[in-house]
Amino acid sequence: MSEGYSILVDTSKCTACRGCQIACKQWNGLPGTATKNVGSFENPQDLSYQTYKIVRFSDGKNGDGKAYWNFFSEQCRHCLSPGCMAAAENDEIVQDEKTGAVLYTPATKKLDFKATLEGCPYNIPRQDPKTKQMFKCTLCFERITNGMIPACVKSCPTGAMQFGERDKILEMAKKRVEELKKKFPKAQAINPDDVRVIYLVTDDPKKYWKYAAGK
Amino acid sequence: MTNHWIDLKNSDCILVMGSNAAANHPISMKWVQRARDKGGILISVDPRFTQTAARADIYAPLRSGTDIAFLGGMIKYILDNNKYFKDYVVNYTNATFLLGDKFKFEDGLFAGYDPKTKKYDKSLWALKKDEKGVPERDMTMENPRCVLQLLKQHYSRYTLEKVSEITGTPKEDLVKVYEAYAATGVKDKAGTIMYAMGWTQHTVGVQNIRAMCLVQLLLGNMGIAGGGVNALRGESNVQGSTDQALLFHILPGYLRTPTVNLANLESYLKVVTPKSVDPKSVNWWQNAPKYVVSLLKSFWGEKATKENQFGYGWLPKLDIGQNCSWLNLFDAMYAGKIKGFFAWGQNPACSGANANKVRQALGKLDWLVNVNIFDNETGSFCKAPGADPKKIKTEVFMLPCAASVEKEGSISNSGRWAQWRYKAVDAPGQAKPDGDIVVELMNKIRDLYKKGGKFPEPILSLKWDYVDQKGHFDAHKVAKEVNGYFLKDVKIGDKEYKKGELVPAFPLLQADGSTSCGNWIYCQSYNQQGNNMARRKKDDPTGLGLYSQWAWAWPVNRRIIYNRAAVDLDGNPWNPARPLLKWAEGKWVGDVPDGPAPPMSDPKAGKYPFIMKPDGVASIFGPGLADGPFPEHYEPLECPVPKNIMSGQFVNPTIKIFTGEMDKHLTCDPRFPFVGTTYRVTEHWQTGIMTRWQSWLIEAHPQMFVEISEELAQLRGIKNGEKVKVSSARGEVECVAIVTTRFRPFKMGELTVHQVGMPWCFGWMVPKDGGESANLLTPNVGDPNTMIPESKAFMVNITKA
Repeated sequence: MSEGYSILVDTSKCTACRGCQIACKQWNGLPGTATKNVGSFENPQDLSYQTYKIVRFSDGKNGDGKAYWNFFSEQCRHCLSPGCMAAAENDEIVQDEKTGAVLYTPATKKLDFKATLEGCPYNIPRQDPKTKQMFKCTLCFERITNGMIPACVKSCPTGAMQFGERDKILEMAKKRVEELKKKFPKAQAINPDDVRVIYLVTDDPKKYWKYAAGK
Repeated sequence: MTNHWIDLKNSDCILVMGSNAAANHPISMKWVQRARDKGGILISVDPRFTQTAARADIYAPLRSGTDIAFLGGMIKYILDNNKYFKDYVVNYTNATFLLGDKFKFEDGLFAGYDPKTKKYDKSLWALKKDEKGVPERDMTMENPRCVLQLLKQHYSRYTLEKVSEITGTPKEDLVKVYEAYAATGVKDKAGTIMYAMGWTQHTVGVQNIRAMCLVQLLLGNMGIAGGGVNALRGESNVQGSTDQALLFHILPGYLRTPTVNLANLESYLKVVTPKSVDPKSVNWWQNAPKYVVSLLKSFWGEKATKENQFGYGWLPKLDIGQNCSWLNLFDAMYAGKIKGFFAWGQNPACSGANANKVRQALGKLDWLVNVNIFDNETGSFCKAPGADPKKIKTEVFMLPCAASVEKEGSISNSGRWAQWRYKAVDAPGQAKPDGDIVVELMNKIRDLYKKGGKFPEPILSLKWDYVDQKGHFDAHKVAKEVNGYFLKDVKIGDKEYKKGELVPAFPLLQADGSTSCGNWIYCQSYNQQGNNMARRKKDDPTGLGLYSQWAWAWPVNRRIIYNRAAVDLDGNPWNPARPLLKWAEGKWVGDVPDGPAPPMSDPKAGKYPFIMKPDGVASIFGPGLADGPFPEHYEPLECPVPKNIMSGQFVNPTIKIFTGEMDKHLTCDPRFPFVGTTYRVTEHWQTGIMTRWQSWLIEAHPQMFVEISEELAQLRGIKNGEKVKVSSARGEVECVAIVTTRFRPFKMGELTVHQVGMPWCFGWMVPKDGGESANLLTPNVGDPNTMIPESKAFMVNITKA
């Protein structure tokens, strides 16, 4: 299915304020987990059944010796053909027809976690070690079906995140990539035909996050 | 801000220097992005490659504490390459003014320096005036004693080579920034600066900002949409607290605190009322007596009479030269000279420079009242690591107060917009709004004075009726008092005003006691039309984002101050595409103009644009500051270089250096070889009192860290994520090392200098292993004008923990 909604994450406008990461916790009523600083601004260290969204920080040196610092607000891509669903048999994972949101039901506790995770190109699903239920971003399903935009998009101060009907978001992405290419020849939208959460990057996706463009 | 947040979108070139806006003022980047969408350029100049740098079109590194060298080089570039906006400079600044014969500058010192007092005799910096008292000018700017020529001479030393050697900024990066920014020195381009504590917290803090003012004036960027000098304030209402004079040296509305030598009202008014004999100069401060008398009437109501000089004698007065700013207060506290202390909405045990001294000082008190929404390192200072509660005599009281959403009132943002906020929920438990705490406290004090005590008149004569029927603090009553009332029926011009009416705006305030006003710059905020701060209309007729009917901005709802510099001498906008103001059919259209007078070229009634300056023009030569009329590079008190290559004067010659046992500083000392600086992170607020208890925020930034370069990590054998110890002459802090390419060693001539940076949002209380405050390391030395501590440039060592 190719209608429904999409999110555009334009990393060229992201300032890593992490409003989206915190808004996700807040809307979903998820607890702050115990963390340590391990030599980066990035925290928590990974997605979990209590963390559906993390801003990935990646720094280094470009060929010209100048520093870069890339930010990648990681979340479920809500694939058009979700790989994680391959292991599902009885609607443990559903794809909402109207919105396109990929939703994990409580029945995911019956699924093989390893197989579900392996099915996801972006390493997104996580499991509650106690209940075995799986969790990830819901595209703020209850918000978007009630006339609101996702909490993360709502919190974004710079317009780096946009939410809307998929065809309009695709159009927006295309136009923005053309604009960005003038200054950044490597600018691209990541897998726009396969995913609903479309990331725009101005450099090699691997310089943002190892799974930015898939495993 | 001379401009306001939304106005950033109108800029062609945004320089972020002395600030990391993306991290610390995240919403500002919305407007920066709008400017960039239209082709605007973003420049970040910072010792560290920050979140702002990550988004910038141009990034240039510089060593902490060398901003004047960097900007001095820009001034030289603008002058050498004739990039300045000549019509603006000639007509709207004092570049054409001539200096008296006594002014000179030699080897880092201006004329009139007294090494004993460490002060300048500023009379030697006076402008030359004719027999009538009008400043002498050379409109060709060729006279060697005119300001522009002296400016050229002053900055001729700031060559790319020297600047690069001081700042550590590669020459090509300097040129890139200079070229891009100087391109705004034309009629139809605007450049703006976003700065914050990265400029103020230095021994040359005020002069850092002055240097940028010079750049902005040379390029014609003051008073225009997309321009200005914009301080990003560090607290949501710090602009309001300054306006309302929560400082020792001013009364509300930036009127100076009287000193003991000004024994009567007349003598005080004489020094606060500047004179100008130039008919084209508005010299707005000539109205100061109206504001002073109205303020006294607001304090003391009917008890303030003409006969008792409106109660002027009851105002507290400073001794000559007395400075009651933060560093001096805590020095006095440490010396046992202060017995009691209200720590109200603050956390000095973590926020004060040289926090070890602050913590020791708190132990010298008899009592400490901590007013806050949470316990903090100040209220619990006697439980700090290394402290022995048994040996501390200070009695501590905790008064829980309401958070911002638990009370009603106004809040003034950086753009001078006073916005009314409603109460969302009641405060929990016994927590009370600050206003109620003040009312209860003052009621008790008044009761005690009624029983006796020295000099009770100022306390007992106060007009003190700011509560509602239930006896609670009434924000509306206070807001109206701040706006001001007519105290009797009066006729001004052909209009009559009744006793008890709110004053429409400050031009109607009077010096005869017939009006009251708690703060003249806020007069119009709450008048007969209603509470203007509560307005929420979104009309934007100019399309420039002024939103003049959204809330209210001081003064008189002017959204961009000095906006009469946005037009040419005939009142036409310099940039017709961004017409902030325009003289059309005998009146001004656009923003609220800086005065109703016709444009400057009008032979009869035309006025100069800079109405708050006695001469009517902006000061490229600024003879008012403690440390000189032109900004000059001096090294920070603690620095990594053995000499100042710009002059024989190593550090700012006018700074006060404390010399007690806790006041240590070491410069060029091999034990502390690296430059240290402090900053904030998005997730934590100030010392972290409101955010370290918040699980989502502490999850995102859980622990004290230090950012270091890969080169320094290798030098010290430090791996990313390892625990390290950062130390200075004053203390040490354990940190997690973040080894990063975003800090690079500075190549300064033959010298390589490393810099490290730490956030100052942590403290020992919470979370349990979060770490300590970076202010245990920072020096208690301040700017000679403001006494703001030099927390942004000091020397440290770093070793494996």
